[in-house]
Amino acid sequence: MRARSRRPLGPLAWGFAAAIPVLFVGVFFLWPVIALVATGLTSGGQLDLGGIPEVLGLERSWRVLQNTLVQASLATVVAILLGVPAAYVLYRLEFRGRAVLRALLTVPFVLPAVVVGVAFTALFGPGGALYWLGLDRSLVVVVLALAFFNVTVVARTVGGYWAQLDSRQGQAARTLGAGPVRVFCTVTLPALGPALASAGALVFLFCATSFGVVLILGGREFANIETEVYRLTVQFLDLRSAAVLSLVQFAIVALALIVSALLRSRNERAQEVRVEVRAPRRTDAPVLAVFGVTVLLLHVLPIGALVWRSLQGPRGVGISFANYRALFDPPERSPLHGSVVDAALLSFGIACVATLIAVTLGMLVSLIVSRRPRSAALRRGIAVYDAAIMLPLGISAVTLGFGLLLTMHKPLGIGFDLRTSVVLIPIAQALVALPLVVRTLTPVLRSIDPRTREAAMMLGASPLRVLRTIDFALLGRSAGLALGFAFAVSLGEFGATAFLVRPDAQTLPVAIAALVGSPDPASYGMALAASVVLGAIAAGIMVVAERWRVDSGVGGSW
Amino acid sequence: MRTRARSYTSAALIALPLAAMLALTGCAGGQDSSAEDGDSAKVTLVVHDSFVDGDEFSQLASAATGYDVEVLTAGDGGQLANKLVLTKGAPIADAFFGVDNTLASRLIENDVALPVPASLLKGDGLLLATELDAESAESGSVPLVPVDRGATCVNIDTAWFAEKGIAEPETLDDLADPAYKDLTVLLDPTASSTGASFMIATIAAFGEDGFVDYWKRLEANGARTVQGWTEAYNTEFTGVSETGTRPIVVSYSTSPAFTVNDVESASNTRALLDTCSQQVEYAGVLKGSENPDGARAVVEYLLSEEFQSGIADNMYMYPVDEDVELPASWAKFAPLPESGQTHDLPAAEIQAGLDGWLRTLGDAVGL
Repeated sequence: MRARSRRPLGPLAWGFAAAIPVLFVGVFFLWPVIALVATGLTSGGQLDLGGIPEVLGLERSWRVLQNTLVQASLATVVAILLGVPAAYVLYRLEFRGRAVLRALLTVPFVLPAVVVGVAFTALFGPGGALYWLGLDRSLVVVVLALAFFNVTVVARTVGGYWAQLDSRQGQAARTLGAGPVRVFCTVTLPALGPALASAGALVFLFCATSFGVVLILGGREFANIETEVYRLTVQFLDLRSAAVLSLVQFAIVALALIVSALLRSRNERAQEVRVEVRAPRRTDAPVLAVFGVTVLLLHVLPIGALVWRSLQGPRGVGISFANYRALFDPPERSPLHGSVVDAALLSFGIACVATLIAVTLGMLVSLIVSRRPRSAALRRGIAVYDAAIMLPLGISAVTLGFGLLLTMHKPLGIGFDLRTSVVLIPIAQALVALPLVVRTLTPVLRSIDPRTREAAMMLGASPLRVLRTIDFALLGRSAGLALGFAFAVSLGEFGATAFLVRPDAQTLPVAIAALVGSPDPASYGMALAASVVLGAIAAGIMVVAERWRVDSGVGGSW
Repeated sequence: MRTRARSYTSAALIALPLAAMLALTGCAGGQDSSAEDGDSAKVTLVVHDSFVDGDEFSQLASAATGYDVEVLTAGDGGQLANKLVLTKGAPIADAFFGVDNTLASRLIENDVALPVPASLLKGDGLLLATELDAESAESGSVPLVPVDRGATCVNIDTAWFAEKGIAEPETLDDLADPAYKDLTVLLDPTASSTGASFMIATIAAFGEDGFVDYWKRLEANGARTVQGWTEAYNTEFTGVSETGTRPIVVSYSTSPAFTVNDVESASNTRALLDTCSQQVEYAGVLKGSENPDGARAVVEYLLSEEFQSGIADNMYMYPVDEDVELPASWAKFAPLPESGQTHDLPAAEIQAGLDGWLRTLGDAVGL
């Protein structure tokens, strides 16, 4: 046994490990999406590309494309400007409650878009605390809401990297008389460059494919490609135009992924980890101020507005816990099947399965994409592989949902209609979570100096043993965070779930949507309370996940 | 520190698959029978998200029909209709419920439903089915079966008007009157099905050539257009929200029944019954169903007194069976507009014109 395991881990084993995620993404993502786009681009069994020039010739298509690019670019800039101070505070400074604060900033990531829309409208709309700013229904609010989701992405990506940055260079510059601003601009910022660029590409991707927030806050005026595909599909059943716009979106996504991959490869060099955090000093005051304003304006106010409204009694009078009581004991005229607690339990179960799938596949993918084979062709192959696994980030939920309908009727010879099975829900959610898991785990593995592995091999360790003692040991440290993310994302996932055919059962976000759409105003209060609960559960999970991580310097960057 | 973390990790790695297994078996519990394909005792009904409690429905419908009835949900009414069209030939269920009159023609045009005997229907149900497809109805079968109905109506906050001493508006034209400047909230018909229903009312009232002009007048009179009904009704409308600023909103004829006071003696809102458009929701048997007999039995159950009497409380719609008693508060505060009073268009006309109207209106008023 022993002697056998000493043989190098064969290409066969790696090939097998690489094939599983590919098969998963291929069957449950690429096939459905291609099937739907193909349906749109054929008529009577004949390929019909006439739709492409026709749709691209419409002035509206260009406006939608322009909206997409403008919103995503602006939101990326805002997220970076506000995310860098947040990264500094959350990853370079040591203070009580840091882990909780990090976790809380992740909450926006899982809040249903309709709730975020309500929160921002409650703030900037008529009667809202910030109505006097005159920003209601403006591009600014759309961009702020997108940034609301993504500041944490920047803070995590840049923060995780910053925490590992060797600070001796900066200290040397200080001793030579450079001021803190100068040190930041000339030493730190260039060093952070790759992480910033990588985070920027990811945020751009998230914003360019944002659906719910743009639909609700943007309306027709600020519609992006994603919401336009939704309207063309669901409102007009115009699969032809939808397919063309899906292709355009696909091109944007692919471009963003390529840029992101290029920048990342510069980013994740093997490096010695030096964690240097310290207590805040007086010189940190400006940064702390920016961070404070960010958190207050972008997070505390909208979420506060949400919590406040959830605590109001019927017709917005007085404070009451009636909405929360109704979560356990649904009122007579409840539009829900069962109580909100039932929905939460179902969500919990589904999230467990989705997390299991996402983390298992994510670990396989990370192990593969973190290798640096000598052959240039293999390295390129790995880069393509990495990008392919990220693709699910960039396709609209409605395209995926309708595509699954076309393909999952007794697929691959199984005698079972998968289209209407509950199994499809965790699968779809795992697709959404997989890229985030990969982005959380991969940097950790890439930070392992290949020489460590070589040394271990030299000393007689078998490849499996190397994997176990080096790769898995490190993975274990950030596995908690990956688990937490996957779980929180799947718990809050709405788009893909909503577009599937579901056995009669509601996940928490779907239940919230049902409550929000119910003509009974009392249901609206319940929806707000349920959203607060969803956010609280997600925050709780992230707090645990943050605690789990031993070494705050390693991993956790997207 | 390190060992602690590792034991946490391993605990999680053990606990997670366990939890997943439990969850899977838990979820699969209700799904067991779906594995047995072609089982003639099983019927699936696909519905929209606003359907009644599915578990309870399954039990009652199973008991009433003798079949094992299962419920699937497929998104809102629009998504449901499109999914049925996309899966034509390999249907996702045996029967469906919840496609309304704006999209009914899409199903008929694509030949998605299997006609059922018109003899299942009586009274208003038969009338509505005949309106939808007169030819079939005369030949003794109907493709789609009307199950319930409602109406999209402009709602007003009567308390607000009383307090300000302004006369309440009554008609569509009133909304364009300067007396009601900046008071109205509309719904973007390209984003909201309720909004589309109201647009149809304006087309029925002002004609295909006149409705755009009417919307322009509304816009000039300061009407605000939002994306969804929730935002309009729950945050913009003074009738239910403290922060709301506008006392006129597009909603449903049933809405006033939800704004009654605690003792249900009065409601502070009212639906303007001269501004309504009728909404009818249909059910049917899907072509290609493996169990058409069972599917027909389920559709028949949807028309039974047992099911019809629960519609008002569970789905906020009026049962199509006019003999069924409505909740007391509905009879008082949420009457259904008379059929001659509403602004309606035939389903086929809606199907033919909807896309064009939405695009024209969108371009004209810049929604």
